[in-house]
Amino acid sequence: MRKWILAVMPLMIGALAASAQVKKPAREKPVPAKQSTGGGAAQIVRGKALYKQYCISCHQENGTGVPRMNPPLVKTEYVLGDKTRLIGILLKGLNEDVEINGDYFTNPMPSQAALKDQEIADILSYVRNSFGNKASTVSAAEVTAVRATIK
Amino acid sequence: MLMQKTKVCLIVAMAMTAITSSVFAGGPGKPGATDVKPDANNAGLKLPAGFGALKAADSLGRTRHISVTSNGGVYVKLDRAKNNNGILYLQDTNGDGKIDKKTSFGGYGGTGIYVKGDYLYATSNEDIYRYKLDAQQQVIDPEHPELVVTGLINRRQHESKSIVLDDNGNIYVNIGAYSNSCQTQDRTAGSMGMQPCPILDSAAGIWQFKANKLNQTYGDGVRYATGLRNVVGLDWNKSLNQLFVMQHGRDQLHDLFPSLYTEKQSADLPAECMYALKQGSDCGWPYIYYDQNQHKKMLAPEYGGDGKKTGGENAEDPVVAFPGHMAPNGLLFYTGTQFPEKYRNGAFVAFHGSWNRSPENQAGFFVVFVPFKDGKPAGKWEVFADGFAGPGPVKSPGDAQHRPCGLAQGPDGSLYVTDDVKGTVYRIVYKTK
Repeated sequence: MRKWILAVMPLMIGALAASAQVKKPAREKPVPAKQSTGGGAAQIVRGKALYKQYCISCHQENGTGVPRMNPPLVKTEYVLGDKTRLIGILLKGLNEDVEINGDYFTNPMPSQAALKDQEIADILSYVRNSFGNKASTVSAAEVTAVRATIK
Repeated sequence: MLMQKTKVCLIVAMAMTAITSSVFAGGPGKPGATDVKPDANNAGLKLPAGFGALKAADSLGRTRHISVTSNGGVYVKLDRAKNNNGILYLQDTNGDGKIDKKTSFGGYGGTGIYVKGDYLYATSNEDIYRYKLDAQQQVIDPEHPELVVTGLINRRQHESKSIVLDDNGNIYVNIGAYSNSCQTQDRTAGSMGMQPCPILDSAAGIWQFKANKLNQTYGDGVRYATGLRNVVGLDWNKSLNQLFVMQHGRDQLHDLFPSLYTEKQSADLPAECMYALKQGSDCGWPYIYYDQNQHKKMLAPEYGGDGKKTGGENAEDPVVAFPGHMAPNGLLFYTGTQFPEKYRNGAFVAFHGSWNRSPENQAGFFVVFVPFKDGKPAGKWEVFADGFAGPGPVKSPGDAQHRPCGLAQGPDGSLYVTDDVKGTVYRIVYKTK
């Protein structure tokens, strides 16, 4: 029991740090209005199709996840907060306790590193702007930068 | 003198039990009738003609498994401890069927709970505890349980430990696989299965331990049956003297092997299987799964299968094969006399409801009945109690208002069903004559 709390602690601290970050959007890098990849709206459209292919069975069409098993993507700091952490979860997967609003989730998140940087950027842009979420889009360059720190 | 005294005490105790039972639960073994009145809307459930249901209790937390004592007291295990209490003891002191007294203890979350003889057994996701019961089958010292088994594997996935006891002093506990299908990279598209699957040594099976020996670990137990991905619902069939389990079949055939399985196939496959176990049974996970449409054991795609190749010649065949992903969390062989003759010795199965049937609607969220005759299923399974999830189709499991989880039989033959969304305890009765 205690071990498990210890394991969650860094996550919770991370979540707090992330929430602090979200409250200061001015400090985030501005998203370029036009990108060579088609910009935010096009990204979100592509991301929706990719979400349906790779994410929907665990996280569900409406992003609510599965109680006790797969975490929701609706208005959580994991999704809305620190982009580096969020990109890292897709690239590395996540197999540790995730606590969201007092609930815990047991299924592991498999790594999605096989997807292209642009695909991961599109999926995250969709997720950050769906299910009631509103946050900046994610660029392929941001994914590339995080991937470089992992390899 | 001492002998005589003991005898008198015993008789008094027996008489008391008989009296309290009939007061609290409408009389044990009273055929075809109960005094308990169903709720006006049958607690929102759809039931066969002649049956009614009431919400015995509500808003209890995440109520998982349930066990009812011979005098009608109800023990429920909570998935997560609330205010350091993970076990509830519920009483209906006036016999109207509604719980009106609640105490709680046991500072750990978990799923398994079972009353046998003079003890209440309960599990966390790693350990099995027991509590001595008094003559009224109430826990004597809730603060000091005895540790019966400790250190069972909990790697988050399929972590719950469900238990049942036989009549010879043995506990059977499920230790679920910490994996979907023993892929090198769990739940990762295209990743192949480990050969041999290393999980089988310490999980993915049913272990047998002694009920009266304390501080047991893996070395003290017997791997009673293997090749079971995850079991939540299990019961000891007293007429056959045999352990029956419900396996949660593997997930995501299409997600992981999109070139071999369509979304539609993946929504229905593989079967959720009922197995009748013997010591040494191997049910075949992760190497095979059961296809309920072809009625065959199929080689898993992680091990070279393609949806057509069969496998697992030595693996057990299921006793019943249900459609995929419905998550059977409770199993109960009905031995009461309150329900009509048809239900005697048949199996009730509580399906928690699916999550990985996308893009189809989710399925399950009901209690089914399988008639048995001479120890074998005698006819197709049928939906017994439906409507737990609410009126509409369930697109996502989070939409379900209630999800059936645990099953228990009361001393009067009532069927109890727990729900781990809102913490409702349903009591299903055959209508008063």
